[in-house]
Amino acid sequence: MNKTVIKALIPLVIFLSLVYLLYQGLGKDTRLLPSALINKPVPQFALPSLMTGKTINNDTLKGQMYLLNVWASWCPNCRVEHPMVTEFARQNIIPVYGLNYKDDNATAKAWLNQFGNPYTDILIDAEGLVGIDFGVYGAPETFLVDGDGMIRHKIVGELNPQNIQNELLPLIEKHKNTIK
Amino acid sequence: MKKIFITLLLMANTVFAIDIHEFKTEQQRLDYQQLTEELRCLVCQNQNIADSDAGLAKDLRNEVAKMVQKDMSQTEITDYLVERYGDFVRYNPPMRADTLVLWFMPLLILLIAGFIVIRTIKKNANNTSNESNL
Repeated sequence: MNKTVIKALIPLVIFLSLVYLLYQGLGKDTRLLPSALINKPVPQFALPSLMTGKTINNDTLKGQMYLLNVWASWCPNCRVEHPMVTEFARQNIIPVYGLNYKDDNATAKAWLNQFGNPYTDILIDAEGLVGIDFGVYGAPETFLVDGDGMIRHKIVGELNPQNIQNELLPLIEKHKNTIK
Repeated sequence: MKKIFITLLLMANTVFAIDIHEFKTEQQRLDYQQLTEELRCLVCQNQNIADSDAGLAKDLRNEVAKMVQKDMSQTEITDYLVERYGDFVRYNPPMRADTLVLWFMPLLILLIAGFIVIRTIKKNANNTSNESNL
């Protein structure tokens, strides 16, 4: 008798585990991929600045903790995110650098004139090759780099009050001692 | 009629040849072809970078072509991209401790299913033989 009850329950158990498994996947954004570069050094780069034309490389930014915000004037979500970037930069917690990804200099400048420029400086990655080194697969993306030049976090998609509060700020606090 | 059709087909081919890479050897061309078919486009996740029209896929094809032309091996090129984009970029996942489930689950399920099938068949065979004995 007991055996038959157990046997009868097997399909139900399988069914419930399937429900659980599939439920886990519901509403999950499959676009969000973990970065392979977390806790790894920033890739080598040397790119011209959109503001001054001077070259910015790893050494220029050494010792600072900063956000590197990948954006482009062709990217609609960058426009959505822009007020958040501006607000974050205004608070002067850490500097925000821009990586102008596969964009046109003139259009990028016009975009900044229209919406304001929150960035301490902007690196031009016209070919998107430095983007590949950073594992960028879309804009906007934001990297948190600490004073040792290590990537500590990556946010794919727009910055918002939640991910700033819950992801960025605690990590900034945690790695504050790397600032030189 | 046939001639016109063939001409049209040839024209269609030239239209679809978006980027042209020149390779020194046939081996390089094959490497390039295999690699771009095994690497996933990260923007349009269900396509490989050979099939995708996304800007990033095109950039990655160019990078792969450059590396092939520099005589890098398939493993080196794959590693280069995995370093940047993670294992997700591969359609062919590596076998590691954390991917064992992925590799052996199908085999396990097959074994369990096979076991159940065999047991059921035996049971039925017993039942029928018992009946015939009666």
